Amino acid sequence: MRAHPANYELVAPGGLSAVLSLLAKERGVWLPIAGGTDVMVEYAAGKLPARKLVSIWNLPELRRIEVFPGEIRIGAGCTYTDLRVHDMVGREFPLLANAASWTGGIANQNRGTIGGNIVNASPAADSLPALLVYEAELILVSANGERRVPYSNFHVAYRKTRLAPDELIRAVCLPRCFSRYYAHARKVGPRKAQAIAKVCLAAQARLENGVVEDIRVAMGSVAPVPLRLVRTEDSIKRKPIDAALLRLARQTTAAEIQPIDDIRSTASYRAAVAGNLVAEFLQALSTRGMQG
Amino acid sequence: MIGVKDERIVGTAVPRLEGREKITGQARYVDDMVLPGMLYGATVRSRIPRGKIKKITFGPEINWQEFVIVSAKDIPGKNCVALIEDDQPCLADEFINHPEEPILLLAHEDRHLLPKAVEAVSVEYHPLSAIFTMEESESRSEIIWGANNTFKTILIDKGDVQGVWEKAHYIVEGEYRTGAQEQLYIENNGMIAAFEPQQGLTVWGSLQCPYYVHKALMELCGLPPGRVRVVQMETGGAFGGKEEYPSMIAAHAALLALKSGRPVKIIYDRMEDMAATTKRHPSRTRHRTAVSKDGKILGGTIEFTIDGGAYATLSSVVLSRGAIHAGGPYYWPNVRINAKAVATNAPPHGAFRGFGAPQSIFALERHMDRIAQVVELSPIEIRRRNFLKPGQTTTTGQAVSEPIDLGRLLDRALELSNYSAKKDEFARQNQNGNCKRGIGIASFLHGAGFTGAGERYLSSVVEVEACEDGGVRVLVSSAEFGQGTKTILCQIAAEALGLRYEDVRFAQPDTQEVPNSGPTVASRTAMVVGKLVQSAAIGIRQTLRASGLLGESYSAEEFRIACRKYVAAHGKLRSLARYEQPEDIVWNEEKYRGSAYAAFSWAVYIAAVTVDLTTYSVSVDDFVALQEVGRVLHPVLAKGQIIGGVAQAIGFALYERVVWDNGRMQNAQMTNYIMPTSADLPPIRVYFEEMGNVHGAFGAKGIGELPMDGPAPAIVSAVGDALRTFFNSIPLLPEDIFDAIAGKGENAEHAGSARGNP
Repeated sequence: MRAHPANYELVAPGGLSAVLSLLAKERGVWLPIAGGTDVMVEYAAGKLPARKLVSIWNLPELRRIEVFPGEIRIGAGCTYTDLRVHDMVGREFPLLANAASWTGGIANQNRGTIGGNIVNASPAADSLPALLVYEAELILVSANGERRVPYSNFHVAYRKTRLAPDELIRAVCLPRCFSRYYAHARKVGPRKAQAIAKVCLAAQARLENGVVEDIRVAMGSVAPVPLRLVRTEDSIKRKPIDAALLRLARQTTAAEIQPIDDIRSTASYRAAVAGNLVAEFLQALSTRGMQG
Repeated sequence: MIGVKDERIVGTAVPRLEGREKITGQARYVDDMVLPGMLYGATVRSRIPRGKIKKITFGPEINWQEFVIVSAKDIPGKNCVALIEDDQPCLADEFINHPEEPILLLAHEDRHLLPKAVEAVSVEYHPLSAIFTMEESESRSEIIWGANNTFKTILIDKGDVQGVWEKAHYIVEGEYRTGAQEQLYIENNGMIAAFEPQQGLTVWGSLQCPYYVHKALMELCGLPPGRVRVVQMETGGAFGGKEEYPSMIAAHAALLALKSGRPVKIIYDRMEDMAATTKRHPSRTRHRTAVSKDGKILGGTIEFTIDGGAYATLSSVVLSRGAIHAGGPYYWPNVRINAKAVATNAPPHGAFRGFGAPQSIFALERHMDRIAQVVELSPIEIRRRNFLKPGQTTTTGQAVSEPIDLGRLLDRALELSNYSAKKDEFARQNQNGNCKRGIGIASFLHGAGFTGAGERYLSSVVEVEACEDGGVRVLVSSAEFGQGTKTILCQIAAEALGLRYEDVRFAQPDTQEVPNSGPTVASRTAMVVGKLVQSAAIGIRQTLRASGLLGESYSAEEFRIACRKYVAAHGKLRSLARYEQPEDIVWNEEKYRGSAYAAFSWAVYIAAVTVDLTTYSVSVDDFVALQEVGRVLHPVLAKGQIIGGVAQAIGFALYERVVWDNGRMQNAQMTNYIMPTSADLPPIRVYFEEMGNVHGAFGAKGIGELPMDGPAPAIVSAVGDALRTFFNSIPLLPEDIFDAIAGKGENAEHAGSARGNP
């Protein structure tokens, strides 16, 4: 540990309203910490700038998964393990359940939370492309009340979000309207488990009469933010899946993403793999996505 | 009862001696140890690769009065980490030669205050031009070490290489490279030092070679042998990474302890350990080989070059092992091997399992595949036609005295891996689909024990003691670090004495208590130290018999009684055995001729892989590891050694890349330095042949390093087979495969050239 514990203060008020009033009272001073799977890594490296931490771990208000006829509301404090074992998440939102199973090891999955993943806002986060594909909405909460915002434009720049300093994410809402979609996810990491993605894909689509009726594609690690590939989707929509479409989809993907060279991979590799993943999805869709 | 010919203990899977302590958390590692009044130490390191220290300033935000500060000026003896050359300073005094070079030491009783204090020391430099590649070093544009940037050159010359080129039907050339690799032991490096005016200096630590640390501390502190004591604590893995660097950390802890008068603990965290300590030497090998029409090697030249980093450390001996293994298990009637270790401004590279051999064997095995392509033979046939046979000589002129039959070993490996059926099946499957499969092979050898006259110079000593309570104790400086030293040496003593395994204990390696059985390296423990333990144990029995306390045959209980009686009557009974080189092992260090090793282990490994062209990633699907290692002393530990070595070599081949920037490691974290996990490993199928060997205990040879040598070339061969592309460098990452397929790869070999004689 390169940080000095005496330089940090951690409080655990134990209830959501107490946390929110603390955040409201000293705006921007307190860093909420849930499972700590991101915060403690920075702390251990001696690189955590925040000095005051407020624990939101296991707040009952944030740890619920509520099922409504039109949507599922996942408390921001739900862990990856919570998502992995939840029947309905697995059945109706397999992309999210998959992503939860990819993240870290079992210990990380027992501590890391979906809300933390969103707020930490890494472009390489495994779960976020799934949320884009499912057109999630976020319920944000502060001492002044709640607001509901679309997730699609929540990330504004590299590791910057629309969350106000006195706000927490209360829940992630996913509409239950994708039962007829063929879903496909793939993470390309440097090894099979416990790795940070070099490229990851979440996608779903609906085929009708051999034509791609509707499609949603999102990727991680290919841009400063988790990216929904809207132009690629448009280039594919209402077309039959053939060699020409695969070629076009690869090209549009490569043009739409903004990959970089970094310590983990190269831009050219990421661009090629991103195109391959979209093509692979379309091929799987054409052979296995006929029903519906 | 003794006299039963069948071995009862050797060859069986007795429980690991320290296993219970480890799994119940009772084993004591250095960081578990706390001494009264102990301080914690930290190291201020250079941020530049090369330069001159101009000024050191201590930031105002720290109360420096509370800290113990040590600089080179505080060193009582010689400012060096004594090893082979005394070129590496313990603390940089004036010149900096690599990033992360230690400059100052700080200590405080609150370990949490140290990172900030380290940050608060600023060093101003006068920067000097630095060099980072072997090619820059060879060009001598900057001289950074000695007269010519060269730590060591070796020439192995056999027969007449000049004469072979005109007889050649083919001349095959190639260049091959391997990268640095981090050992990644589970327990990071750590040491505690304490100085007492009466007893002198004691250090406790995580280490492989107690007497290396002992020697380094004597020189550094100007103390006589009896005033320096080194104790090995339970050690959580080493792989060569705790061969030489622990001397540096022990020296640092000792200097702080001397200055403060209090015990000092230094524990590296993972980032510091990865950034600052030694790694496997990067290498470059160039082959030029004359081959007959029917695929026989007529002769060739091999240029083997390794990057030693900024100081000599162990580079000369790594080079030696690499050079001697460069000819592999093949017969070279004529060969010239030019080997050199060069200096760059990176932290010194050092010992890592295999010690130069994985580098030169990678090159040779890739080159054998290249020769096979040129001659239009299979990789199997080219090897079969060139295998060394008993009576033939190695590149150093050592006659193969063991009855090894490599052709038979090869046949068995082919059968175990179902090679030819797979080869056909893959060729068929690869016509369609995005996943391409391939199969590859490597055949190789690894010499056990120190090279050449090394064992004679070491002149190792072990002792076996008959104790007051009737038990027996093994006293050696050979360290347990997960590989099974304690278990196999106790098995050997128990077997030799006709006792139960439980009757034998293992003394903690402590230089005040145990003799110098040499360093725990070079696959020498089972063969060399084991044999000495066997002899020393027999000495105990002889003494007890000579004193009339023990009959020709006896039970374990009778033996205990005899020990107790002897100790009561005569006091301590210790039997000593010292290594003596057999007369038929002759080595000429000047000419690099003769018996390089007392024995070789031999192996054929076969890997099957799948390359996914969606992601360009390789997964190893099946791995057959067949080896002849002499007598297997402990089947479970031996199998574990092979599986672990193969896993580590899969990392070397496909995953582990040190990202360098001006000599500094950029990915010094386990998040970004990618080692394989169990999810990335194939079933590793381990098979032993046991031919026996006269030099080792109960016929054992070396085993620890062997499995590091073969997997990388076998896997890269399989990847090449899958993709019909020749790869010549490791690590071979998905990005490299993508670049090769996209046509801009440097790794895919088109550089190797070949010509056929008309």
